Amino acid sequence: MFDLDRWREIFQSISKNKLRSVMSGFTVAFAILLFTLLFGVSSGLGNFFKEAFADDADNFMAVRVWKTTKPYKGLQTGRRIQLKNKDYNFIKDTYKDKIQHQTARVRRNVNISYKNKQDNYTLRAVHPDHQFLEKTIIDEGRFINQRDLKNKAKVIVIGRLVKKDLFGEKPALGKRVNVSGISYKIVGIFSDVGGDNEERLTYMPVTTAQMLYGNNDHLSQIIIGYNPNLSTDEAIAFGNKMERDLRKELNVHPDDQSAVSIMNMAEANQMVGGIMFALTVIIIFIGSGTLIAGIIGISNIMIFVIKERTKEFGIRKALGAQPSSIVGMVVQESVLITTLAGYLGLSVGTYILSLESLREVLEEYFIKEPSVSTTLVVTATIILILSGLIAGLVPAKKAAKIKPIVALRAD
Amino acid sequence: MLEIKKLHKSYPIGKDSLHVLKGIDLHIKEGEFVSIMGSSGSGKSTLLNIVGLLDEHDEGDYYLNGQLIKNLNEKKAAILRNKFLGFVFQSFNLISYKTALENVALPLYYKGIKRKERLKTALEYLDKVGLKDWASHLPNELSGGQKQRVAIARALVTNPKVVLADEPTGALDSTTTDNVMDLLRDINNEGMTVFVITHEEEVAAQTKRIVRLKDGVIISDELTANNDSFKHAVKAL
Repeated sequence: MFDLDRWREIFQSISKNKLRSVMSGFTVAFAILLFTLLFGVSSGLGNFFKEAFADDADNFMAVRVWKTTKPYKGLQTGRRIQLKNKDYNFIKDTYKDKIQHQTARVRRNVNISYKNKQDNYTLRAVHPDHQFLEKTIIDEGRFINQRDLKNKAKVIVIGRLVKKDLFGEKPALGKRVNVSGISYKIVGIFSDVGGDNEERLTYMPVTTAQMLYGNNDHLSQIIIGYNPNLSTDEAIAFGNKMERDLRKELNVHPDDQSAVSIMNMAEANQMVGGIMFALTVIIIFIGSGTLIAGIIGISNIMIFVIKERTKEFGIRKALGAQPSSIVGMVVQESVLITTLAGYLGLSVGTYILSLESLREVLEEYFIKEPSVSTTLVVTATIILILSGLIAGLVPAKKAAKIKPIVALRAD
Repeated sequence: MLEIKKLHKSYPIGKDSLHVLKGIDLHIKEGEFVSIMGSSGSGKSTLLNIVGLLDEHDEGDYYLNGQLIKNLNEKKAAILRNKFLGFVFQSFNLISYKTALENVALPLYYKGIKRKERLKTALEYLDKVGLKDWASHLPNELSGGQKQRVAIARALVTNPKVVLADEPTGALDSTTTDNVMDLLRDINNEGMTVFVITHEEEVAAQTKRIVRLKDGVIISDELTANNDSFKHAVKAL
């Protein structure tokens, strides 16, 4: 295999028969190019789906309430449902082992000012677990903690853009801001992958907000992260059960979707998973079809090439070439061409996928950061070498079997 | 050098078989310059192919350099061809994408000789056939006579026991024919056994022994005026 003379023979045979080599190489290169693009695009689609839900934890589940649309037990429709601390505790106590994180959310629009700068922002009063459910990234300081909650501390965590608005490049951590008339200490600054709006939020302890803004135990939303050990099906069942239980707790008709509903990421995950699975199956089908077509293409060309070279093989045999040397030469040439051409296809494919201008266009079609994985590249390489081996081996064995006298007579 | 006893060969043609060689007895000693004469269909090419280990015989014995040739597989045949035989074909059979030098060097590659030494030896033999200056030319840049001289250099490069030439002048005009035959005679004069197949009387006349073949049997086997022993015999008279 590492016989330098053999390689020299092969390079000569390839370079002196350019058309033939290019033809066989082109088939493979094109097949691999299509294969790469196909897989790249599918990975891009996958990335898009993943990112569409990346803002929140993937075990995210939110309880939402609104007005009733169905009369129940003598109660009228149009009744506004309110979540309260007892509902938070009910969930916490009832489903303990099914919940990983839990937080409530109270939403307020507030005016925040620092020195002579001020603006209106959305305030979320939350529990510490909110950080994990929203995937909040702490850039400086810390998030709301359990002690803040207990002490009803006047602390606030502000988004990156809030800090930019009010403080510019100056440090903000530890400074005090005025939130709708009350002074708060900034204990943390965060960023969020969810986009600008998410970075224009502020967080404070839910207990503080309940005391200072309304002095009640109202909650806007309850969000939980279900136990990640639950399967998707179990998580969906859990969501449905919790929905039924809460409707009962809140005296709502069991089918009143408007009054109490649960947004369950498990359902979205299941749908996305289904789409991705279907997509993967389709792409594997088309991709392997393309590869097989390429392999058949090169096999065809190899058969033709070997027919064309029958006389040459006859001459070589008359001069003392052993059959194994003929087979080895053909196979090595075939493997070399498939591998080189395959790599060319792979490189061109990867290059195309990495083109910035193309990526921008593709992103409009839900294809984000298309790329091919190393595993795929390695697998494709192995397939290439094997296919070159097979494509060369079968006809070469046949050619080597031809008696030299018959081969010499060939034209 | 070559000893053939009661050699038979048939080719199947459909359901029948064509009996081409019908009991050939032939003994060629080292240093001989023999031509096999015969019209087409006389079996002369078949004989050469068997002698050249390019084909197998059905019956009889064939000894090449004292070794009985029997049940050879392709690998063994290839080794023996490389070691003992040099071929010259009517249609030259040079590899079109290799230069004259590389064509001559090819048998040495199969002998496992290193590249540098291969090319050096090949150049020596090209020089011997007067084509040193054409070493880097491709076959299609050479005339018919030159191609055949390259082929002869290729046949000689492994220093074989026998050079087998199958109608070596069949594709050449009369002047180049004479050149090629002169070259073969020179080689023979240096001690090489040369075995030529031809249907041309003039070509056969330049060898030292003519074996005439007709319908698969030898009808005559005589020395020519070129033969030293013949000359001795004439002198003695």
